[in-house]
Amino acid sequence: MSGNFLRKALFAAAVATPLASLSVPAQAADQEPLKIGFVYVSPIGEAGWTWQQDIGRRQMEEALKGRVVTQYVENVPEGADAERVIRDLAQQGNKLIFTTSFGYMNQTQKVAKQFPDVKFVHSTGYKTAPNVATTNARFYEARYLAGVLAGKMTKSNVVGYVGAHPIPEVLQGINAFAIGMRSVNPQAQVRVVWANSWYDPGKERDAAVTLLSQGADVVTHHTDSTATVQAAEEAGKYAIAYHSDMHKFGPKAQLAAVTHHWGDYFTAKAKEVLDGTWKNDSTWGGLKSGMAALEGFGPEVPADVKELVLAKQAEIIAGTLQPFAAPLKDSDGKVRLESGYLDDNALNRMDYYVEGVASKLPKQ
Amino acid sequence: MDAIAPLLAATINAGTPLMLAALGLLINEKSGVINLGSEGMMLMAAIVGFAVAVQTGNAGLGFVLGALTGMVMAAFFAWLTVWLGANQVACGLALSLFGVGASAYIGIPFSGSSLVVAKTGIPFLKDIPFVGPALFEQHYMVYVSWVLCALVTWFLARTRAGLVLRAVGESPSSAHSLGYNVRLIRLGALMFGGACCGLAGAFICLVYTPMWVENIVAGRGWIALALTTFATWRPLRVMLGAYLFGGVTILSFHAQALGVPVASQLLAMMPYLATIIVLVLISRNANWIRLNMPASLGKNFNPNS
Repeated sequence: MSGNFLRKALFAAAVATPLASLSVPAQAADQEPLKIGFVYVSPIGEAGWTWQQDIGRRQMEEALKGRVVTQYVENVPEGADAERVIRDLAQQGNKLIFTTSFGYMNQTQKVAKQFPDVKFVHSTGYKTAPNVATTNARFYEARYLAGVLAGKMTKSNVVGYVGAHPIPEVLQGINAFAIGMRSVNPQAQVRVVWANSWYDPGKERDAAVTLLSQGADVVTHHTDSTATVQAAEEAGKYAIAYHSDMHKFGPKAQLAAVTHHWGDYFTAKAKEVLDGTWKNDSTWGGLKSGMAALEGFGPEVPADVKELVLAKQAEIIAGTLQPFAAPLKDSDGKVRLESGYLDDNALNRMDYYVEGVASKLPKQ
Repeated sequence: MDAIAPLLAATINAGTPLMLAALGLLINEKSGVINLGSEGMMLMAAIVGFAVAVQTGNAGLGFVLGALTGMVMAAFFAWLTVWLGANQVACGLALSLFGVGASAYIGIPFSGSSLVVAKTGIPFLKDIPFVGPALFEQHYMVYVSWVLCALVTWFLARTRAGLVLRAVGESPSSAHSLGYNVRLIRLGALMFGGACCGLAGAFICLVYTPMWVENIVAGRGWIALALTTFATWRPLRVMLGAYLFGGVTILSFHAQALGVPVASQLLAMMPYLATIIVLVLISRNANWIRLNMPASLGKNFNPNS
């Protein structure tokens, strides 16, 4: 063994030792990134529910750069196919799986039982398990703000609402909208037309055109396509978009958009898995947590109206304003709430229109 | 009265794609072939027509290429069923499913684009108060559909070619023994059906809802199929049925917006319910069947056997 070699070895050791000690935490951070899978109910497209989910996914990827890798499967029908896709994602080594549609609930539960070490987050469902958390957003809070906006902007005092299916989630939105609208304009009324479909652009458009032809000068929708906003744009009337900012489809028409934001929530859940602090909680976040928002204000909204809406938003965030506060009357004049405000349980069983909705709810 | 004019206009608009497609399918079925691929053909034509219109700014070209797309798909269907003797129902279903997927795939770059198509109309007539705007300020394809209906009626009832077509649908072997080329006639009928479905698909994407989103046809291809049966294979009844089926939806929307409590779910199933009832009625009455329903509907014919 020559002296030369020894010297080199000593030198290398001297350099390597501090490097090695440095690299210990580096190695810990350098562990295998967490694999995260997403199941989407429709194609990502350019607007809508899945589009917003995917924005959330990308936002999470950016926030946890290097610590997570994600993959997604789009256009997965609810039913047996979903179970196959979810199981496949679990088998591929994803340790956290987001299933982003109500109809995936039972499939998520089933696969979660078979993969106890994989964590699941199911959107808009109500069944949890040790490794399944649920999430949804309080869209109705942003709907209330949209109502305030519509109440200020309508001149005909007729506001149109294209609904998908008469279920509590949609009724919450219609009612919060009507309450918000009547808080600033007690003369205004909401007219509702049901398309009986989450997604049928032709019907959505016909429904919107019907409302416009019956005197509505502001229309909004709880359906998935951009048809309502487009119909308003063509008629030279106003629209409030849903799911995504749709100003591209109604540059003049869009007053604002009620939107969802999942990025922060996804990031928080991924962090829980990374840090070993996973909770199988049920999250129903609203304006405060940023999961629902009113944004994308159009050029036609006057500054004072926008200020008013933002002031109301601050009140909801501060908790001083509850959209569903007493006294609450339904559209038949029956008092639904005498004091306080509706709890989550009552919200989730909502099956009536509040005062200010001019239409009749079809009896089931 | 003010409420009726927009109702009428919207009904005509909603009924037009159903009528265009159903007239084509009626000719298909008169030749004895049932093509369940209408939904797929309409979707493919819709995306092709839309893409062309967006790229060239020419809606007319969109209609032409939409019709051609329908014809190409129908020709493929004809090759499978008329020449290779494949099962018509299975091939039609496959064509539909293929069209749903392929149109979505082709449509990715066009998803979310929209297009402004100017409403045209008939000069002078559209100035008639009340009915003028509703009837005569529609897109020109609405008038094309009226002319098409008249032509199909005349063709089936008054022309020799129409007679031959009906003969092929009733008894292909008799037509064959008289020296008619059953396969070519069926090919022609199917291509016509494809072209009509193509126009219907293009209409949906260019006029009815001027944008492209996946699955925009949303089942109207199936309604058109039901419509041919509902109309007991009569072109004028197709027209009536198309406006009836379109009108039911529009009427329900208007009623809902006016606060009349109607179960809109019930109205949504009306077209199919009506079709089933008509089907039951005509199968109980031998005369109706003999007069209208092509006897060899759905049966393949091989001239060499």
